[in-house]
Amino acid sequence: MSYTWNFDIVWGYRWILLNGTAVTIGLTIAVIVLGLVVGLVAGIAQLSRSPVLRWLSWAYIEMFRLTPLLVLLLWFYYALPIVTGIKLDALTASIVTLTLYGGSFYAEIIRGGIVSIDPGQSEAGMALGMTPARVMRRIVLPQAIKRMIPPLMNQSIIQFKNTSLVSVLAVPDLLYQGQVAAMDTYRALEVYTVVAAIYVIVLLPLTAIVKRAENRLAQSN
Amino acid sequence: MSYKIEVSGLRKSFGTLTVLRDINVAVEPGQVVALIGPSGSGKSTLLRCLNLLVMPDGGKVRIGNDSFSFGTGSKMPGTKEQARFRSNTGMVFQHFNLFPHMTVVENVMEGPVSVKGMSKRQAEQLARRLLAKVGLSDKVDVFPNKLSGGQKQRVAIARALAMEPEVMLFDEATSALDPELVGEVLGVMRDLAAEGMTMIIVTHEIGFAREVADRVVFMRDGVIVEEGPAREVIGHPRQEATKAFLSHFHNRG
Repeated sequence: MSYTWNFDIVWGYRWILLNGTAVTIGLTIAVIVLGLVVGLVAGIAQLSRSPVLRWLSWAYIEMFRLTPLLVLLLWFYYALPIVTGIKLDALTASIVTLTLYGGSFYAEIIRGGIVSIDPGQSEAGMALGMTPARVMRRIVLPQAIKRMIPPLMNQSIIQFKNTSLVSVLAVPDLLYQGQVAAMDTYRALEVYTVVAAIYVIVLLPLTAIVKRAENRLAQSN
Repeated sequence: MSYKIEVSGLRKSFGTLTVLRDINVAVEPGQVVALIGPSGSGKSTLLRCLNLLVMPDGGKVRIGNDSFSFGTGSKMPGTKEQARFRSNTGMVFQHFNLFPHMTVVENVMEGPVSVKGMSKRQAEQLARRLLAKVGLSDKVDVFPNKLSGGQKQRVAIARALAMEPEVMLFDEATSALDPELVGEVLGVMRDLAAEGMTMIIVTHEIGFAREVADRVVFMRDGVIVEEGPAREVIGHPRQEATKAFLSHFHNRG
């Protein structure tokens, strides 16, 4: 069996694939930023003194952490309108779903980072006369964030790859454009190889940064 | 109102475990009181009830002009009132609990700046003065992880003093230190006592208690068994439990 590789055909689709890459990167940035906000709120709510807040955030985190992302995407796009009458376009449904999905993982990282700080630190802050909110802002979070950064970055790398699932809703991301190109050309091997390579190339520098952050953290401890 | 600290009918349980039962203590201004007793006697819990790091179940705590009642019928103080109450007492912990992300001088400045709203410049002057007082002028810009245990504890004392508290509480301040470093911390505490600071010290340093404390309170199983002038309680204990406890120290020394 001999297969003649032909990457020239793929070159003809370079602008479409670049466009898809831009959509993927833009979507990733949006859902990371929004997901961090949701995750911070849910993570801190997990540590709240109010049982209602704790229960609500727990329910949210577990529901999204334990449901496959693909199922969530389909649900928000096809099922949500039936239940609520709210019809989201494909891009909005993707952003909402990925934000809530990523946020549930961020929430656990943020909660874990906060509880990893020695309770003596909070006590020392309280003993000085700080309110709990100020202790969180001045004493606990600055120390906890340093510990959270490597796992948050890892989760964000996973989130970048997760965005490829939005192609099922016909959002024109990198994978979707690749599918278009593959169908046009009948060159699935070349096209999907290039698509895979683009994901790797974008993520390589990010993983290097995470490594460095982890090393620096290990040293400072 | 002649007492600086007044505790009456203080009770605390953790679940089914009663840690403090009906504790009454009064401390005059400038007095140094040493709390001694075996582990689990409740002495650390009593100290932590005094600045509300542990919320009492019942009784009354007064420090200076601030007082709170606890238990049925009394309203639990809100977080702001608790914070204000605590800012009037300085607490020194067994494990120092310095803020590792701040330099030594920033550790000491944190209370005045973030609680009292003091300007950074003014707080830094205050911090430098207090660090000089505890003998650490050369460590001002160092991070805590570069300090010995004794130095850390002296920074912690300076940090507590920066709030200009009416009362200082020491929770086994020398228990985590290597023996050769205990002296430098006790030295700072001795100076504070001589300046007239009102202090309650939870300690296992019986010799230090006899030398520096005006009064000694011996606790066991959540009650005060015996209290009185330091030399009397340590030198001539009346209660069997006190004798038994102190005999460990006499035998060792």
